[in-house]
Amino acid sequence: MAGGDGVLKFHVPEPEVRPGGTPDFSNVPIPKAGSVPRPPVDVDPRQIRDLAYSIIRVLNRDGEAVGEWAGTLTDEELAEGLKHMMTLRAFDTRMLTAQRQGKTSFYMQHMGEEAVSCAFRRALAPGDMNFPTYRQAGLLIAGGYPMVDMMNQIYSNEADPLKGRQLPVMYASKEHGFFSISGNLTTQFPQAVGWAMASAIKNDTRIAVGWVGDGATAESDFHAALVFASTYRAPVILNIVNNQWAISTFQGIARGGSGTFAARGLGFGIPALRVDGNDYLAVHAVAKWAVERARRNLGPTLVEYVTYRVGAHSTSDDPSAYRPKTESDAWPLGDPVIRLKNHLIARGLWSEERHKQAEAEVLDTVIAAQKEAEKHGTLHSGGKPSTRDMFEGVYETMPPHLRRQRQQAGV
Amino acid sequence: MIEAIRSAMDVSMARDDNVVVFGEDVGYFGGVFRCTQGLQQKYGKSRCFDTPISELGIVGAAIGMAAYGLRPCVEVQFADYVYPAYDQIVSEAARLRYRSNGEFTCPIVVRMPTGGGIFGGQTHSQSPEALFTHVSGLKVVVPSNPVDAKGLLISSIEDPDPVIFLEPKRLYNGPFDGHHDRPVTPWSKHELGDVPDGHFNIALGKAAIRREGGDVTVLAYGTMVYVAQAACEEKGIDAEVIDLRTLLPLDLETIVASVKKTGRCVIVHEATLTSGFGAELAALVQEHCFYHLQAPIARVTGWDTPYPHAQEWDYFPGPARVGRALQDVMEG
Repeated sequence: MAGGDGVLKFHVPEPEVRPGGTPDFSNVPIPKAGSVPRPPVDVDPRQIRDLAYSIIRVLNRDGEAVGEWAGTLTDEELAEGLKHMMTLRAFDTRMLTAQRQGKTSFYMQHMGEEAVSCAFRRALAPGDMNFPTYRQAGLLIAGGYPMVDMMNQIYSNEADPLKGRQLPVMYASKEHGFFSISGNLTTQFPQAVGWAMASAIKNDTRIAVGWVGDGATAESDFHAALVFASTYRAPVILNIVNNQWAISTFQGIARGGSGTFAARGLGFGIPALRVDGNDYLAVHAVAKWAVERARRNLGPTLVEYVTYRVGAHSTSDDPSAYRPKTESDAWPLGDPVIRLKNHLIARGLWSEERHKQAEAEVLDTVIAAQKEAEKHGTLHSGGKPSTRDMFEGVYETMPPHLRRQRQQAGV
Repeated sequence: MIEAIRSAMDVSMARDDNVVVFGEDVGYFGGVFRCTQGLQQKYGKSRCFDTPISELGIVGAAIGMAAYGLRPCVEVQFADYVYPAYDQIVSEAARLRYRSNGEFTCPIVVRMPTGGGIFGGQTHSQSPEALFTHVSGLKVVVPSNPVDAKGLLISSIEDPDPVIFLEPKRLYNGPFDGHHDRPVTPWSKHELGDVPDGHFNIALGKAAIRREGGDVTVLAYGTMVYVAQAACEEKGIDAEVIDLRTLLPLDLETIVASVKKTGRCVIVHEATLTSGFGAELAALVQEHCFYHLQAPIARVTGWDTPYPHAQEWDYFPGPARVGRALQDVMEG
């Protein structure tokens, strides 16, 4: 920087707007839907470096699917995708309320980001393994995992598949390709690469998917994961969900001078794509592209989903303290549910009436699951995992010192 | 001991296709201490390979592989370099079974050379065992001889849970009693240097009595087993020397039986004193043997300083210091 006074200046990035200001996303260039070409999956990564700086979009303002990335889903799949997102949103609403009612300690919602995990899940095959963060429950909803079990986990009740050992939403299901969520950020990223390396070592056909948020890319685990993925050409997709906010910290703090998060992949020779995370069709198309690359032994792909966290980070967070309340309304990529709905309407496959009806149906299903889960208890009332259980599962076989401690605890 | 460790991996890789070995310099070259020499040639690059210099990447990838169904046995080049992987070990490997209620497990072994005595300075000499014994879900093993190293490493690789396997590097080429000015005794001249071929197990969680005695119990592991034995001989004290072998889970039964018999206890380790594993041992002995104790429990350890270079032998708890502690306890 031209200063000229010979004194060093310390730089701390700041978001464009703070509370009280007028939301402004004019600094986020949004390419027209359909304008980014779809390269063949075996393209030389050096030839698609520009994809790390653009945004792949399929749905235009009129709800039409346009461009080379369109056409990866059937009408039925699209309608089902809408239902998945609506279910996740209803699920979130009910669980947020349940947390406010004291039925659990904590909850994390997806508002605005539903398309990312719901659409991605559709591109995977049985046996593939996700290493998710806490904001990808769409992988479970779209994968057919029972909502009752999710709620049992959130309530830490007697039917909790994880026996009350984990913070709410930190699900785990091998059968549904959903690795145990840690809560420590980015640790799952090199693990996903390791899983993919193992699959290649065993000449398997299954692939792995790592997930991370924009803020957590700053962890050194992210760097290690990219090095290993690049070195061993692991069959892994490394997903960055850029929802603009890491609790109160805007994405510019983690991104620094790199331009985009996707661009981090370029130095590793990993194909890096940016996609409209609020566009169900675009997310699916890019996921399918990356999955095919991995499956065909072409190696890893880094994908940045450009989206916006409409809700609070968690039930312990109040975003009005650090960003304008109306910022989400100004987000230029809109709402993923409304955009897919409008697309289906534009295609003559859906209507406002059907949508209202579907909303009611989805809500009924969620409420029925919730009633079922609550029969098994909530965090502070009804059935809960036993104290004896607390001592189980630290090791496969309980060692003598834990036996002694369990006796001391009187259980 | 290097051959024994290599043989343990060799035997395990031959028996189970899911055993893979990797780390910095372990593939083509066979490891800076040669522990993996020949394994890549024998089992191929898919089973034994070099990695980027990233301990967190090595352990993180191992955890993912274990979740897939492999049994990774990875090397961290020096225990001093394990800290970048600490989060992966503590928050991930150790807790995966518990937090997922067994949906995912983590049968990995993290091997690392530990301890000093080689003029390695502060970055090639540390003994970080207590940082791992404090973690629920881990097992911590420190062998003191080639036979144990092989049997314990095979058991560690076959164990369903994560094992931290600390190899006292000063023992790689022979038993070392702390007399650094004397010639090195090779393992070929020691009975525990005669390692059986093929597969055998030494169970985790079982201590070994290296020297029977009636007057004082010495609790030691790794290099300190030989230092303690030398101190007992030199002082002419009828001490019972227990080689703990596994620190977590600990063979409390053997310790308690011995201290109740002798009524005295000296604890020896190379790691720093404060919050070292000796503190846990002292607390356990006090809890279980208080009314049998005839003297306060003594600890002989490395000083609470970083591991120095030039002053290595002033830092190292050698036989003279151990001998003095034994004498004090006998007189106490």
